Amino acid sequence: MPDLIHLTIDGHPIEAAPGTLLINAAKTAGLEIPAFCYYDGLSLQAACRMCLVEIEKMPKLMTACTQTVAEGMVVRTDTPQVHAARKYMLEFLLTNHPLDCPVCDKGGECELQDMTFRYGVGESRFTDEKVHTPEKQFSPVVFFDAPRCILCYRCVRVCNEGMGVNALGVINRGVVSEISPNKGDHLECDECGMCIDICPVGALTSGAYRYQTRPWEMTHVGAICTHCADGCKTTLGTRNGQIIRGNNRDRSGINGEFLCIKGRYAFDFYNHAERLQSPLARVDGKLIEVSWSQALSAVARKFGDTISAGGSFGVVGSNLTTNEENYYLQKFARGVLKTNNIDHHRTGDVVSLLDALSGKSGKLATVADLYEAKAVLVLGADLALEHPLLSYQIRADYRHHQAHVYAVGPHPVREDNYSAASIRAASAAEYFAALENLREKLRAEADLTILFDDSVKGAGVAKLVDFGESLGIPVKYVCLLDYSNSRGAADMGLMPELLPGYRPAGETGLHVDEMTEAPLDVLWVVGANPLEGRARKASFLVVQDLFLTETARQADIVLPAASAYEKEGTVTNVTGEVQRLRRAISVMGAKADLEIIGFLAREMGVAAAMGPWTPNAVFEEIRANVRGYEIPPAVLATGGAAQSMPVNGRIPVESRPELAHSDHNGLFASGTLGRYSKVLGSVLEGRLSR
Amino acid sequence: MLYNEPSPLETRVLSRRFGLPNSASIDTYLATEGYQAFRKAAGMKPDDIINEVKVSNLRGRGGAGFPTGMKWSFVPRTSPKPKYIVVNADESEPGTCKDRVLIENDPHQLIEGILIAGLAVDAHAGYIYVRGEYRYLIEVLEKAIAEAYAKGWLGKNIQGTGFDFELYAHSGAGAYECGEESALLESLEGKRGIPRIRPPFPAVSGAFQCPTVLNNVETFCAVPPIIRDGGAAFAALGVPKAGGTKMTCLTGNINKPGVYELPLGFPVMKMIEEVGGGIPRGRKLKAMIPGGSSCPVLTAEECRDATMDYDSMASRKTMLGSGGVIIMDDQTCMVKAALRIMRFYAHESCGWCIPCREGTTWLRKILTRFHNGGGTQTDIGLIADVSKNMLGRTFCPLGDAAAMPTISIVEKFRDEFEAHLEGRPCPYEHAEHLVTV
Amino acid sequence: MTFSAELEARFEKLLHSYPPGRQRSAMIPMLLYAQDEVGSVTDELIDEVALRVGVTPAQVNEVLSYYSMLHRKPMGKFHVQVCTNISCLLNDGDKLWEHACKKLGIGHKEATADGRISLEEVECMGACSWAPAVQVNYDFHHFVTPEKLDEILDGLKEKA
Repeated sequence: MPDLIHLTIDGHPIEAAPGTLLINAAKTAGLEIPAFCYYDGLSLQAACRMCLVEIEKMPKLMTACTQTVAEGMVVRTDTPQVHAARKYMLEFLLTNHPLDCPVCDKGGECELQDMTFRYGVGESRFTDEKVHTPEKQFSPVVFFDAPRCILCYRCVRVCNEGMGVNALGVINRGVVSEISPNKGDHLECDECGMCIDICPVGALTSGAYRYQTRPWEMTHVGAICTHCADGCKTTLGTRNGQIIRGNNRDRSGINGEFLCIKGRYAFDFYNHAERLQSPLARVDGKLIEVSWSQALSAVARKFGDTISAGGSFGVVGSNLTTNEENYYLQKFARGVLKTNNIDHHRTGDVVSLLDALSGKSGKLATVADLYEAKAVLVLGADLALEHPLLSYQIRADYRHHQAHVYAVGPHPVREDNYSAASIRAASAAEYFAALENLREKLRAEADLTILFDDSVKGAGVAKLVDFGESLGIPVKYVCLLDYSNSRGAADMGLMPELLPGYRPAGETGLHVDEMTEAPLDVLWVVGANPLEGRARKASFLVVQDLFLTETARQADIVLPAASAYEKEGTVTNVTGEVQRLRRAISVMGAKADLEIIGFLAREMGVAAAMGPWTPNAVFEEIRANVRGYEIPPAVLATGGAAQSMPVNGRIPVESRPELAHSDHNGLFASGTLGRYSKVLGSVLEGRLSR
Repeated sequence: MLYNEPSPLETRVLSRRFGLPNSASIDTYLATEGYQAFRKAAGMKPDDIINEVKVSNLRGRGGAGFPTGMKWSFVPRTSPKPKYIVVNADESEPGTCKDRVLIENDPHQLIEGILIAGLAVDAHAGYIYVRGEYRYLIEVLEKAIAEAYAKGWLGKNIQGTGFDFELYAHSGAGAYECGEESALLESLEGKRGIPRIRPPFPAVSGAFQCPTVLNNVETFCAVPPIIRDGGAAFAALGVPKAGGTKMTCLTGNINKPGVYELPLGFPVMKMIEEVGGGIPRGRKLKAMIPGGSSCPVLTAEECRDATMDYDSMASRKTMLGSGGVIIMDDQTCMVKAALRIMRFYAHESCGWCIPCREGTTWLRKILTRFHNGGGTQTDIGLIADVSKNMLGRTFCPLGDAAAMPTISIVEKFRDEFEAHLEGRPCPYEHAEHLVTV
Repeated sequence: MTFSAELEARFEKLLHSYPPGRQRSAMIPMLLYAQDEVGSVTDELIDEVALRVGVTPAQVNEVLSYYSMLHRKPMGKFHVQVCTNISCLLNDGDKLWEHACKKLGIGHKEATADGRISLEEVECMGACSWAPAVQVNYDFHHFVTPEKLDEILDGLKEKA
């Protein structure tokens, strides 16, 4: 640790590491130096001139955002000269600003308003005509109102540096300088909305949120995005039982402020016109609305009769339901229905990875690790499209820590733009040839994190781990999975051969593809769509879902389920980090899957054996029974995430690598659920129509 | 050839070849001691070359007046990166047209200066960044560069010295801001001409993020005479702390406008009356801007004992600047002058930082309204105030360049602003004749 | 996009004038030289230059929109630029500008109906000691009086 630098700011003695920017050193002493263009993690601009401070022995005011601390430096931020500089900088900013705060989305959470309130003048001396240009729509989700723009270039930087997309730039010069999209009049980009979020004023506004509400009318609930497996926290702004906005401006959660289009906008499936709000039962070949009690007793009766008759069951769980729901479902299947015919759509071979890592510890990388890793190797996946957060972390690692990034896969990927080496390889055999080519380079790294998708599975995973362990450096791994609780589904034993915690189930049952093809007496599908493109073979089909999917359409009973944003519980992301869901809204008619299963248990008279079906109670049971989930409740309660190491020993069952296949959802797709997001649809439609 | 009649009062060092037949050709150059300084420098240690430049008291001729020898000494010569020489020929400061004359009449003197700088800092490639409007000078330079290559004064192993140097002429495309050295480097790299955050300065991280010597055309042109005749001889031409001569552009209301090479410390009134032949139509001097439109104006009274050098100008709270002398007679409307200068800076502001972007435009609007008779008493103070709020707070010196002349005009010619009040037409012209903005 | 052999040669030279991987440096001169031949910076030209220097068309647009000599719209065959900046103003450059506008019946950055002549009121061109100054395309005219400007403009009507 290098020696700390000593300086004083407004008379406060401050210690800071060498290289610390003055603006950040001041923060540690609780002193705010205002700034628009300075933004943690993005390149320096010194453009807004709000952070001018007095430094002893310097003839002019200096920008605290570019000045690093120096021994003995004496800084003043509370002098008349500094106050005047701030005041008149704001006067300058407001000369061409339209001051349309009453109709601006940003009103109430606008940094320009706040700064003017704190540091500005009460009146403007500007009496001449303002520069005006009309508002533009850059994309389905991005609107741009140039007159409000203060040209802090945050949007340009977050797009270029943070996202690696380079979709925003600056055109013209002087007072008519303007933020400009990459395709002339429109954007072709990730539609992540980072530019909107980072905009300190109302220049960039969201097509989904604009003119919906005043920000102070919303309640904010921290949820976990229900789409991909990265597990971003999305703070949902709700009002009157509606979700109005998703963002994460408080930077809580493993994703900090990052969100992609799905986390930010694709909550909008919840009020899709086709959302199921009543149980359905098949009567005379048609699905008709019935009451919850009718539907539940019909299912309970069928389940009971089938058990009595010694009939066969199949249970298909979900990649999206909570750990509690998954645990409870498999407990129900195994304990009440007495079957190991339980499975889910496996999107990556996490079982083989955990098995291969047997006896080793500290081998599973977290999202935070990806920002610190000295080297990262991506195998197969197009990370920027399939795992936007992981890709964002690795880019930040490269920008801030000069991480060496290696990309091996079939197609060009965004990582190629800054990778130390990129190799095109189409098959597992080619992958390993490429790895051998990289061996010497990788051996020279201080540490390495390897991310691989479903193109590496079974023996391939073991071979990959052998390769990693042969490098002689610390290596961590991430087995890429598709959905918000894909990892939790595996951890909770939604597999015929494995119980929660990867303990062997004894006699194995049928896997998904076998269940859909088998003439079962009852097939029970919870939050999955296994019959997409197939006809049902089971005599009786019960489906719990949000929508009338291809599977639900064939059901005898359909039970409307709550989405992740409408219930409590926990989910485990791709890196094994367990996070808590908080209920943001309720949708009339729908019930959480856990509640539905619990009600079924009650109807069947097995409630006592199954135990309580509240999320907390089930999580207690998971904590007690599933390795890796011994997470202190306080850590979960505060929204933190804890790494789960669900197994440490060989997994003594026959591996089923062939079952793992990823949907490789891009940025604008999210399995069956994605079809019901209006925003994802509108972006895709926009692309197709061009 | 662009060249005015010389004045007997000139000290012709950099301009000694002006007026010679084919002065731009390498043959003329070689016949008049050309490239001898390079031969001499090639036999010197780099530190000795830099020292000679330090002894000459040569200060940057682009406007800022930074000591050239010191600037060169900042280049880390042991850096493994390639080093570059970049010539600022983006001469855009209103009132300034000296670099144009230097290049047109004697391009080889510039090339030789570049080569000597290359020897001094171990650079082997250079770029001459020429403003787009000087397109014909690109042809002049390319011809001279081709001649130099053909005769072995550029390229590999120049004249058997073992020194290699490649030189390129690079065109800008219309942007005053690219005269600011870091903006010029951005432009040279094919980007918008936005200045860079400094430090690092170009000497450490300049062109292509490599150590770079970046100087004005005139500065490089002074180097061959300094090396040839010794730094002390050059220094002796000027005043203490600022050696040599200054290419001085007499412009505005003057009988004999032109570019004259005057020793530093030349008396201002002598320059106007004797070199420039006085003010036309028997009018009197009202004001003078000594070094391009970004310098505060001097009143006739202030000009009386002033001399053309850094210290004399600094003591009068203005600057020697680029050598663009703008002379205004007693029929000049100072409000209109302030407006025209501000229109320029508003047009040329790169837009990067708030105070310059918003301040120059705001001032342009007030001054336009004011000159058109729409001004109020409070506007007068406001013009000065807005200018002061830009001063010293902008990202680069363009904000100061816009503020300084404006503040000086308001302070020194407040009565002219008063004369425009209450809808009164500009006293210096007919009401229907207004500046178009 | 095809260019004249001379322009291609210039491009070739430019692309070899900068350190390896720094071909972006050639962008601004290329745009200016190509504009001289093409008449303006067209979408096609942007794409072509982007391709040759290895950036995106949007990046070229960011740069070109910064520089005042690069035009997206075609100017006249003869682009007449009148300086009205301070040294020219003191020598009636503003009156010269008005004279030009009146004579041609066009304004700032406008072209005559036949497309032969366009006008632009420009900032300082570096002809301050020979004010007022006019540039026709790249040719300087110094000490221009209204009469001299008439001659120049009339000459352009005939000129090929």
